[in-house]
This record gives sequence, C-alpha cells and structure tokens, in this order.
Amino acid sequence: MTSPRTVRRVRDTRITLAHGSGGKAMHDLIEDVFVATFDNADLDALEDQARLPLLELTAHGDQLAFTTDSYVVDPLFFAGGDIGRLAVAGTVNDLAVGGAKPLYLSCAIIAEEGLDIALLRRVACSMRDTAAEAGVKLVTGDTKVVPRGAADKLFINTAGIGVIPKGMSIAADRAQLGDAILVNGTIGDHGVAILQERADLGFATKVASDCRPLNGLVATLLAACPEVHCLRDATRGGVATVLNEFAAAARLCLRIRETALPIRDEVRGVCELLGLDPLYMANEGKLVAVVPGPDGERALAALRSHPYGREAAIIGEVEEAPEETVVLTTLFGGSRILDMLVGEQLPRIC
Amino acid sequence: MKYVDEFRDPKKADRLLREIRGLVEQIPVCRARPLQIMEVCGGHTHAIFKWGLEGLLPDRVELVHGPGCPVCVLPMGRVDDCVALAEHPNVILATFGDAIRVPGSRKSLLQAKADGADVRIVYSPLDALKIARDQPDKEVVFFALGFETTMPSTAFTVLQAEREGIRNFSLLCNHITIIATIKAILDSPELTLDGFLGPGHVSVVIGTAPYGFIAEHYKKPIVVAGFEPLDILQSIVMVLRQLAEGRCAVENQYRRVVPEPGNGPGLAAIARVFELREFFEWRGLGSIDHSGVRVRDAYARFDAESRFSLPGLKIADPKACQCGEVLKGVIKPWQCKVFGGACTPETPLGALMVSSEGACAAYHNYGGAHLAERRRAASPEVAA
Repeated sequence: MTSPRTVRRVRDTRITLAHGSGGKAMHDLIEDVFVATFDNADLDALEDQARLPLLELTAHGDQLAFTTDSYVVDPLFFAGGDIGRLAVAGTVNDLAVGGAKPLYLSCAIIAEEGLDIALLRRVACSMRDTAAEAGVKLVTGDTKVVPRGAADKLFINTAGIGVIPKGMSIAADRAQLGDAILVNGTIGDHGVAILQERADLGFATKVASDCRPLNGLVATLLAACPEVHCLRDATRGGVATVLNEFAAAARLCLRIRETALPIRDEVRGVCELLGLDPLYMANEGKLVAVVPGPDGERALAALRSHPYGREAAIIGEVEEAPEETVVLTTLFGGSRILDMLVGEQLPRIC
Repeated sequence: MKYVDEFRDPKKADRLLREIRGLVEQIPVCRARPLQIMEVCGGHTHAIFKWGLEGLLPDRVELVHGPGCPVCVLPMGRVDDCVALAEHPNVILATFGDAIRVPGSRKSLLQAKADGADVRIVYSPLDALKIARDQPDKEVVFFALGFETTMPSTAFTVLQAEREGIRNFSLLCNHITIIATIKAILDSPELTLDGFLGPGHVSVVIGTAPYGFIAEHYKKPIVVAGFEPLDILQSIVMVLRQLAEGRCAVENQYRRVVPEPGNGPGLAAIARVFELREFFEWRGLGSIDHSGVRVRDAYARFDAESRFSLPGLKIADPKACQCGEVLKGVIKPWQCKVFGGACTPETPLGALMVSSEGACAAYHNYGGAHLAERRRAASPEVAA
C-alpha cells in the first residue's frame, strides 16, 4: 500500500480563471475536489491517462463497450438527483443496456468562472456515491474553466468503458413478432421533476427524478432472461422515442396499451395541465426491454424483484403491421400512432 | 386522478357509442351520405386524435376539423411582422411557445432566436409585462394571439400596464373572433356540414348566446363541448339527437365550465381595450370580415402596430396548399396533394400542419394507422 499523500487544499470559495490555467490553482482544485473525493489508486497516479489492465477486462467478456455523454442539466440540483449523479448514472446506463458490465468512467468538467467551489465539491461527492453504487471507478478526468457567460455554471462529460460477455447480442433490430415489451417503472418522472424545478408552478406535491444507475437491474434481468432482444434507456424523447427506434430498426409494429402504462398521478396531473405527454417525457432511470413473448412474465418478475423495477409492467407486444410504426391502443380501444417527437418538449433536461 | 378519470370511463364511452349508433339509424340523411359534424376548436381536434375517437365512430359519422387553431391560421405576413419586431435590437419579443415554430416567409421566431433575436417563451401576457417591468431600458412586445379564450388576459394585461404607468410594453395584436369565422364557413358554397361541436374555452368567455344565429338562421345544431373523451362523445350524441328529432338549437354540454352568459368582467375588459377590425387575413381561408380585433386608439401606446413601423406585407399562401378546402371539410387532410410529402410537421407548408392542434398535424402525428387502413380499404389492389 502506498502511504497517503498530503492533499493540497483549495482556499478560494469560487472558481476563477486561474483554476483552469494549468498552474498551481488548477492542481490544488483537481487534487482537493476530485482526486481526494473519488479516492482510487488509478486516479491517484495523476498520469495523463488511466492505465487499465487488459486481463481484467477480458475476464468479463470478449467485446469492449465504449460510450460518452455530456450533461448540461439546468438546475444543477433537483429533487431526486443532481448533475453529478446524472453524469455517472447516464453513462453507466448507456453501457448497461448494451449488456455490458460497466467498469471505468472518465470525468471532464467545464466550469464557468464564479462557480461556487462548495457546490462543485457536492457534485463530486455525488459522482463518487453514484459510482460506488454502480460499482464503477472514475479513473481519469479533465478540468476547464471558461469566462463568465461562456458556459452556464457547470457542464460535465463522462465517457465509460464496459465489457460485454461472450455471446450477448442485444440490438434494436432484434425485435420479433410476438415479443413482449416491458418498462421497469413509472414513466416521465425526470422530465416532470426538472419542469417543476424550473417553473414555479405552485403544485403541492413534488415529483422526484428517477435518476439512478440501472446496471444492477439489467444484470438481474439478463440472469433471469438471457434472450433479451432489445434494451434501451428511455432518456430524452421518452419511452415513445425508444419504441420508435425499435420499430424502425426491426421494421415491425410495436403496439402498446395505454391502460398498461405505469404513470404516477402527479406526473399525469402536471402533463394534463401543461399539455405534455408522459410518453415523450425524459426518464433517467427507466429502460424499455423487448423479450421473447414466452419470456415476458419471467422478465417482469425479474425486474420487479429489483428495487429499481418494483413498478415494472408489460406494456405491449410486437406485431407485424403497420411496419416501422408504434401504435397506442387508447383507453377506449381506439388506436393512434405514437410518432417521433417534432421539436422538443423541454430544453436542457439532462 | 380525480376530475379527470371520471370523464374517461371506458364503460360510459361504450354506452355513448351505442347511443350514437342507434341515433344514426334514425337520421334520414345518413342513408344517402355520411353526416358531417365540425369541431370548430383545435383543442377538440387534438383530443379526438389523442383518444382515437374517430375510429370508434360509425362510418356514417364524419368529423370535420375546423379552423379553431389560432396558431395555424396566422398568415405568413403577420409572422414576418413579428420576426421583424423580434430582430429590432432593443426589443424583447415574448410569445406563447406554440407560436415559435410557425414559418414566416423568411424565417420563424425560433430561427430568429437562433440568429440572435431576444425571443422569450411566456405562459401568460403578465409574464411579458413582468419582463417589461424588470427591464425598463428594453421594449417588450407581446405576440398576442388566440380567439376570445386568450383575449381577456391580454386586455387585463394592457389595463394593468396602464395602471402601473409602464411605458415599454406593447402587443402585436393577432386576436381573432370565432363568430365571424363560423359564419364565413357557413356561407361557403361548398358547405355540407350537418352540425357543430362548439368551442369550449371560447364559450367560457363569450357564453352560448352568440351562437344563436347558427340554429336560427342556418338551421344547424351546435353543442358547446368539453375536452375530455366523454365530453366529446356526449356532445356528438346531443348533436345527433337534435338531427334525429328534426330540431336545431344551441345546447351546452360543458355546463360545468361554461356559464350561459359567459364571463362578464372578461367581456368588459375586451370591449374596453379592443375593437373589431374591418377584416383580418387568415392563412388558408383568406380575408374574413370582422374576424379580428385591434387595440383601440385610447390604448395606442400599447399597440406595437402604432409604436413600430412594420413591413405589413401580404404574403400569399403556398399555391399547393389545400388548407382552405380541408378547413371547410371539402377534403380530408390526407387527400391534400402535399400532405405528408412536401408538407410535414417538421417542414410545414400549410397552416394546418403547423401546430399540434392543426388537423393535418394531428392526422400526421396520430392518424397514420387509421389512415393507412382507410387507404387500403379504398384501394384493395394496392394491398394485394
């Protein structure tokens, strides 16, 4: 074991341009806020790159999964999460829905001059906690500071590496006739949570974001039902968008039932009032799974056995026609098309 | 969810649909051609598609989607005026969100914003007034639009600005009136409508009396309808019952919200601030007499049309568009030559493709399956 180094401390209370200059202030900031918080040997080395033993990777499978995502959510802290939790969970989820075991993450921040350093510290702690929950390591990073007004408070990019076990092939074009379609819980929570934070809408109840890492849930699902055909997390554009991606890739019809959709009353209420559709609202802890029809109930039971899948539901089936289309059977047995969203419901939600 | 689920009960919907099927048998004209009922309001169009109601109705009842989407019917020249205002260096242009994508001849407000114009989305004209209060060195212009539904809030905002002595607030007034519009449709020579679902929100303000002429003079039934699926189905039942009994009257299905005399203080505020224009230009329908309002001279300092010089050009609708025929129920949206081809929600050519409440956008977004079925039914050789 290496003996603990003396950690250098930041004395400033706000980010200045000096913290991005490459000099002493920047080193103090990185060591104090990030290295000390993330606390792992790979990062402690402070080399320009993380060095990851290939043996450790190949032990998990035969394909490397690699993804990146930038996080620009406004506000930085919201009911149920914050930009740090989002930045770790979002990238972990992008790996997990490919069937990969997420292992390593990078963390690059762009901070606006004047940002409160205590706030940055809270974000770093949240990243650490979420990484611990997901069982991933934050092994490399970067810090940039831009003048006031050139960015809004704080942007974070994380890239992630995971390994896909041999034989696993989850893909959007694998949906087949007769497959069952599932979600792991109530939809639209994140979008509504952010909306409530932004606009002072004066609702008595507050919806919390579902922001969470889903790799544990995906592992549970795959253990019970290895033949999962499609899996995707329903972030921007919501569940309707993922369904459309599957329908287009597989050239089939995904039919879902309005009565089967798990939606919180609070979310429905807000959406009713503002003319939004929960099916298009963003989620940060929800996935859509397509599994062979006979496996539907088993997959459902597996999802429900996990804390992040308690309210999972089978929401529909894969049909032949009309091709490349998502059809919703309404409460009354009428049908309507669920198309891709044109424009956006809300900007900067993740 | 309370106060919502009660109006979405599938069992009650079933009963109403049975009643509709029964009534259709009793209406003689149904044997010769389908009955045409127009829902005037875009909110109804949206709900009809959202709940898939059209597909549940018997074939002999056709819903015609009317002109009641104020965003859709905004002529291009007015959008150009608004964009010109937004591009003025000292102007903050405040608008409702659904107007931001409406294409002008040069660009939409969304594109103007991307090009550097200060365009803000507000939920109420009072939000625009707040911006004016907070930024006294800027000119804040509110893009006022809508039928009588939104007129009182605009009028009250002007009165509030006057009380506070705010000098940097004005509106580009595009408010339109429902009665002149319905009358223009009724006077159209191609008209084949049998009855109307009256607009619920407009009626909250104007009440039900102004529709009297539809029953008396034009001999058509009209039922003011709510926006939940059971509201709409029940209103259709009420129209059909009138037709079956050979009556035509103004009836109010949306009584829980719409008072027969309307909203007195709201109407008084409208009368104080606005006066009828001689005519107003509509996208798709052309010029309609007395179908718009302007700010009265007494409040001219709150009128962007007198405060700023505007291009004020009249831009013709694209030639290929058949919005007018769709609006009058002469053709269905998907029978238009450019529907789904040159004209889509991403690149709207015509008025009705612009807002989610427009009939063509609703068909495009929600109606595809139903439409495909109908087309297949109409031309079996294609299916084979």
